[in-house]
Amino acid sequence: MPVESVFPRLEALLPHVQKPIQYVGGELNSTVKDWDACDVRWALMYPDAYEVGLPNQGVMILYEVLNEREGVLAERTYSVWPDLEALMREHAVPQFTVDSHRPVKAFDVFGLSFSTELGYTNMLAALDLAGIPLEAADRTDDDPVVLAGGHAAFNPEPIADFIDCAVIGDGEQAVLAITEIIRAWKSEGRPGGRDELLLRLAKTGGVYVPRFYDVEYLPDGRIARVVPNRSGVPWRVSKHTVMDLDEWPYPKQPLVPLAETVHERMSVEIFRGCTRGCRFCQAGMITRPVRERSITGIGDMVEKGLKNTGFEEVGLLSLSSADHSEIGDIAKGLADRYEEDKVGLSLPSTRVDAFNIDLANELTRNGRRSGLTFAPEGGSERIRKVINKMVSEEDLIRTVATAYGNGWRQVKLYFMCGLPTETDDDVLQIGDMAVNVIAKGREVSGRNDIRCTVSIGGFVPKPHTPFQWAPQLSAEETDARLAKLRDKIRGDKKYGRSIGFRYHDGKPGIVEGLLSRGDRRVGAVIRAVYDDGGRFDGWREHFSYDRWMACAGKTLPAQGVDVDWYTTRERTYEEVLPWDHLDSGLDKDWLWEDWQDALDETEVEDCRWTPCFDCGVCPQMDTEIQIGPTGKKLLPLTVVK
Amino acid sequence: MQRIRLRYTKRGRLRFTSHRDFQRAFERALRRAEVPMAYSAGFTPHPKVSYANAAPTGTGSEAEYLEIALTEPRDPEKLRVLLDESMPRGLDLVDAVEARTTGLADRLQASVWELRLDGVTLQEARGAAEAFLAADSVEVERRTKNGLRTFDARAAVVRLEALEGPADRPGDTACAILRLVVRHATPAVRPDDVLSGLRATADLAPPVPAAVTRLAQGLLDEETGTVTDPLVPDREVVTAAPPTAAGQTAATEAPPAGGVAQEGTA
Repeated sequence: MPVESVFPRLEALLPHVQKPIQYVGGELNSTVKDWDACDVRWALMYPDAYEVGLPNQGVMILYEVLNEREGVLAERTYSVWPDLEALMREHAVPQFTVDSHRPVKAFDVFGLSFSTELGYTNMLAALDLAGIPLEAADRTDDDPVVLAGGHAAFNPEPIADFIDCAVIGDGEQAVLAITEIIRAWKSEGRPGGRDELLLRLAKTGGVYVPRFYDVEYLPDGRIARVVPNRSGVPWRVSKHTVMDLDEWPYPKQPLVPLAETVHERMSVEIFRGCTRGCRFCQAGMITRPVRERSITGIGDMVEKGLKNTGFEEVGLLSLSSADHSEIGDIAKGLADRYEEDKVGLSLPSTRVDAFNIDLANELTRNGRRSGLTFAPEGGSERIRKVINKMVSEEDLIRTVATAYGNGWRQVKLYFMCGLPTETDDDVLQIGDMAVNVIAKGREVSGRNDIRCTVSIGGFVPKPHTPFQWAPQLSAEETDARLAKLRDKIRGDKKYGRSIGFRYHDGKPGIVEGLLSRGDRRVGAVIRAVYDDGGRFDGWREHFSYDRWMACAGKTLPAQGVDVDWYTTRERTYEEVLPWDHLDSGLDKDWLWEDWQDALDETEVEDCRWTPCFDCGVCPQMDTEIQIGPTGKKLLPLTVVK
Repeated sequence: MQRIRLRYTKRGRLRFTSHRDFQRAFERALRRAEVPMAYSAGFTPHPKVSYANAAPTGTGSEAEYLEIALTEPRDPEKLRVLLDESMPRGLDLVDAVEARTTGLADRLQASVWELRLDGVTLQEARGAAEAFLAADSVEVERRTKNGLRTFDARAAVVRLEALEGPADRPGDTACAILRLVVRHATPAVRPDDVLSGLRATADLAPPVPAAVTRLAQGLLDEETGTVTDPLVPDREVVTAAPPTAAGQTAATEAPPAGGVAQEGTA
């Protein structure tokens, strides 16, 4: 059955909206396949504005992996801004893909990638515009399977009513396995309808289908248990882990948009996973083990990617990029190769203790030395032991001294406020640290125009981390602590003017906390916020704390809980957590021990360089650490003219 | 250093490309095509590209111009084909000459625009055009960065005529074409300013937004109101032959087949 493009109807609306180019598609390296020649069709969404969603690596990878397969088609869709949403509603234009402008409802799967919980209201807006019932229970065989992925999907319970299923972990192989199940079910004539398809997916043990699990509650509001309600549905659902990144060199042909986006560069993921063991970091916990891409694999991806895109900057991505076992040779090899071509290299996420000046010099061979960014996260030695971010103040001062001595003029430092056991004093020490940085910088550079910017935000405890039991600091206390720090920095006559202070107030963190550690009862809050007009919650100008609190106040008390119950309440060992039936590989008892170690200010080493500390992931998921060095080098490229 | 002048288009759905978007896309295409670009000096060197008089976002164009500077000479036509392959379909490079003269920007004196008015009859369009041309001045308003601004849209209009819409349109819906020649002046008078003027003088209110396309830019013959190819002087130096018919007539004829508003149905 041919599916018509909605473009002619959309086109008439575009002259009336801001930045229409974001809705027309046609990006370099985008793919349009013949609809009728494909039997499994995916609509992939990053539920935020195009400028944020387009550069997302996850969506880009899955888009290419799916489109490379015979008979499979994937197109992309993004959140439309309120100006276009209003016009689409007025003129009955449905949520569309940007590749062929097909209606999202016509696809077999509607897959959403959630990097953050703040995209949930945008998912509801897209479903509604697509003409797909918001509640999974109301959907029919004519609706796509609504599938959630991304880091936030490790606790999909707050959106359990709205999604048909969720996949946790790496998506590359998972989307292909799901495709095969859908293909078989369709070719058999869709036996048993939607229910049968979801059951087949659930039985694999790698796809979570919320409707096949019943949640029972205790009188005090805590969860009693989560039980499968169908035979053959496993008690726990496993995350997916791709081994050998060199076999998955995606994206091979990165999308190059016409519209301006937040990352105007080519990104290459140099390794996945992190075992540094920072206790606040969900990404580090749920992406274990560390799997490095080889130096030659990286060189290949950069070479092909630059040829296919024309980008002038390459970002070497990972959770802690300087930790790659051959990062020095990678940086030098790439800098040598592209010195003439004016290609810049960047290394987001660099640890203070992994930073070295040779590396920094390679990265800035072509460019200017404007700023360096580090994330000590905690102001005092004590709190850094609590969070297991083992960076000493001496390390930091030594590093910035080298940087200032080598021509850098600005250092940015990232911190969190509201960490477990934190006191005012821990946060006020951030001010001392900044002063020491400036003092050292003035000393080694002999100049007074150097700067240090302190950037700080509220900590949100996340599922599948040792801090999943921790109480979140209230917005009021967070704001009060930040105000004290601000006053201390501003009050410093000698150094205050050299220190920039940027902070986020505590309110958005409370909503994020509610959504992060929420259970199925929080779904009613999300629905109420959406119905009241809530959209784009990650954008300051659209986010409304008051709306979230009003909607929570209307829906949660009937269930015997409230926002504080989800956020500032400390959990106990016995409590069944809403995400316990989603298996990230981490042993819950190990997480608890690590939480106790945090309270005792005891640190844990990185298992890449010390013996295994039994977090549970490798045996549970049958995976292993994959790191170099390979001993290989990047040779100069042969120039063919 | 060699300088090459290129004419490019904004066709179909890519007419929604803003000028900044085009610049980024073009500079990336230069890198993909490994064009030996000359770079500006300074901390952050930029490839030397000068753009002239870009059409507004949302309007199509058959005649946008830019000039690039190269460190090694290249055959203009081969370079054009290479760059055209590297750019997305719709942003097409359609003409190239080596710059032998100065002052390309000065030769862009006027534009020929086509405005397709769906839902408007030829009679309505013709009446409105006549009323507009009969006026001495037509005050219009436009919102700019500095607030609402009022100016005359009449004086810059050299020609304005109404034509029958294309024959291939669906059903028997009304459709008229306005052919407009506008002198480039300050403040710039754009096609939508003329549409505002038509609304003010003749109450012409198209039910759907007009599809606007720039057909040509170049030297203006004040007598006849025709616009001629601005790259002709560069070609003349090479060939020493009289201006080609193609160069002159392209300016006032319809765009090449496969051009405007045919994409987007994919």
